[in-house]
Amino acid sequence: MAINRMFRTCPTTGLKFHQPAESLMRWNAVVGVVALLVGGILALLVTLTRWQAVHLLSPDMFYMVLTGHGLNMLVFWIIFFEIAVLYFASSTLLNCRLATPRLAWVGFWLMVVGMLMNNYAVFVRGDSSVMFTSYAPMGAHWSFYLGLILFAVGALIGCFVFFGTLVVGKAERTYNGSVPLVTFGAVTAAVIAVFTIASGAIILIPTFLWSIGLVPNIDSLMYRHIWWAFGHSSQQINVSAHVAVWYAGAAIVFGAKPMSEKVSRTAFLLYILFITIASAHHLLVDPGLTSSWKILNTSYAFYLAVLASMVHGLTVPGSIEVAQRAKGFNKGLFEWLRKAPWGNPAFASIFISIIGFGFLGGISGVILGTEQLNIIMHNTFYVPGHFHATVVLGTTMAFMGMTYFLIPVMFRRELAFPKVAQWQPYVFGLGMTVFSLFMMGAGTLGVPRRHWDISFSGNPLGFEFPGTAWLMIGLLAIGGLIAVVGGGMYLLVTVYSVFLGKKIETPGFQMVHAKDGVAAAPAAPVAASLTGSGSGTHAFGASGTFVLALVFLVAFVLYYFINWKYLSTVWPLK
Amino acid sequence: MSAIQPPSNRLWWKEPIERVEITWVLIAFVWCMFLFFMMPYWHVFGKQNLANEAYRNTPEKYTAKVQEMISKYKVREETGLNDVKIPVVKPPAGSDVYLIARLWQWEPILELEEGQTYRLHLMSLDWLHGFSLQPENINIEVHPNYEHILTVQPSKPGTYSIICNEYCGLNHHTMVSKLFVTAKK
Repeated sequence: MAINRMFRTCPTTGLKFHQPAESLMRWNAVVGVVALLVGGILALLVTLTRWQAVHLLSPDMFYMVLTGHGLNMLVFWIIFFEIAVLYFASSTLLNCRLATPRLAWVGFWLMVVGMLMNNYAVFVRGDSSVMFTSYAPMGAHWSFYLGLILFAVGALIGCFVFFGTLVVGKAERTYNGSVPLVTFGAVTAAVIAVFTIASGAIILIPTFLWSIGLVPNIDSLMYRHIWWAFGHSSQQINVSAHVAVWYAGAAIVFGAKPMSEKVSRTAFLLYILFITIASAHHLLVDPGLTSSWKILNTSYAFYLAVLASMVHGLTVPGSIEVAQRAKGFNKGLFEWLRKAPWGNPAFASIFISIIGFGFLGGISGVILGTEQLNIIMHNTFYVPGHFHATVVLGTTMAFMGMTYFLIPVMFRRELAFPKVAQWQPYVFGLGMTVFSLFMMGAGTLGVPRRHWDISFSGNPLGFEFPGTAWLMIGLLAIGGLIAVVGGGMYLLVTVYSVFLGKKIETPGFQMVHAKDGVAAAPAAPVAASLTGSGSGTHAFGASGTFVLALVFLVAFVLYYFINWKYLSTVWPLK
Repeated sequence: MSAIQPPSNRLWWKEPIERVEITWVLIAFVWCMFLFFMMPYWHVFGKQNLANEAYRNTPEKYTAKVQEMISKYKVREETGLNDVKIPVVKPPAGSDVYLIARLWQWEPILELEEGQTYRLHLMSLDWLHGFSLQPENINIEVHPNYEHILTVQPSKPGTYSIICNEYCGLNHHTMVSKLFVTAKK
């Protein structure tokens, strides 16, 4: 069978799309958005139930819907989209054909079947309301686990197609020098994904065998330990992927050059080395593990992965600042930011993602992951407050920004309802910020997560939460509703644009048959770039970003100590 | 060359790092080290730590120990959901006190004395549960077959609640109990 070497050059961006890679990216993104739609409807139902003034669903429905919400959002939406990102970062950015497209389709269909099977177990059978985490010895139907396993195998195939494509690019010399930074970030995500999926297999396969009676017993502590090597690491795939998308966004919108390839790549490398040991975050108040194990693992070995995120948090906006200043927006500390294209939803989404992920998700994550501080937060509303800030405000927001760029480029359709698109990141971002903040607030007051009724359904031994907790739940529900509206706006724009949007016609368009050969040398001569990017031209060229970073640091330090202060007031424990 | 293109300088690792960047990396690194050493510091100087004392156990043996404590130190009963009677025990200060977590009940109800220390044993008889003491907001994961021991020192008298904050099935939200702390004599 001949290898398909047909390419299309995007007339707007000059990016080259390999024909099979492009349809794979489209289909992965489309199915991801379908999962987002399903997860979004479930999010609305969850919000309207936890808002006790409404209390929409019955308990059995609520726990079922909450299970489905977690899986469709955290697993299916995000991983489908990530597979699309991997293919984009390899095939498109390296001008290279995708390795083994047919195998990639096998992976895609495995993921689709796995997603359907898992949703079947949750919603059609209705006997698998075990939450996203499915902690043994609470059991689900075997199709619940098998669905996840099939999905994971499909995603693993996607990762190896990505690695294969890197090999093809190198062998056929479709690019010159090192891979782009964004591709490097995608490599990071894919390496972490392989580790993650392996951990998932190690725990989900025995659990599946247990569900059909072939394994007698699953130890609850072992389950939590290994499951979180899958569950938490999968969130680290998201972090790597969305940081790569941040860099891509800065490059696409501003033509921004990384401030330093060395620093940014080293930061990605730190993710690979340390971020995968984060399963301890979830085991800080579990029996049977020592404090030294907990401290080393929860800190990603001396917080080196946190260091990496703090570095990206500076270098992405910093590179934007440098690019903007080069365009003449040079007045004062913040003209570059004031004159940024705030009406461009791709930029707005990514900027909100950086700020939201850093200030809300990042800081709260470190607090939650501190061994002793976890005692006053474990399994409270603080936890979903934290991860909605990382996964939704961080990852989902960044991916949304990416789609605004990809619809005209990849689907060749104009964005429908441009005004709605313009407002969407702000509505969604505001909603999610309010939602996460008040969720963390309620968690600080002890309100539990995954709980149908904090008035305890008439149990005479019940606890009366303070009025502030009830108020915060009301406020977070309002934030959740605003976010649902923002999510709806996103779905309206993207789905309408992709299927019914105005086609962008390119006169004289034709596919090009690419030949093997050596790529052109980089445009800038080596000598010039050696001097050009050094500290000479723009020493402290990112001074505005530096000030913002210091503001972040002050917020971090203050909030960190507030929590220690709070801990010091609770009962002494040994 | 932007981040979506190969670096223009093939020897990018030899490029100098900008001052603003390296300054931030150093500040962040120092802060990360601080974050790390705060945890061992609190183990030495702080008062809220987990000792990580835990043993494997079986539901039968654990229940037997709890029953023994109940029969020795029961002082009265409280009424829970569906008129279930739950024993209240007042064990001596400094002793080992036991709590069972099971679908969907905590048993027994403990009455402790302010300022005294107790070795609190926690274990589940079935699925995972979450020990969440309110309004103190102390949260501990409770596993089946692992007996977890914490040394607690109630610092204020009053009526506290123990809610389950690990999802444990359909009636999870009804799993709640009390804990009494009496004033120092």
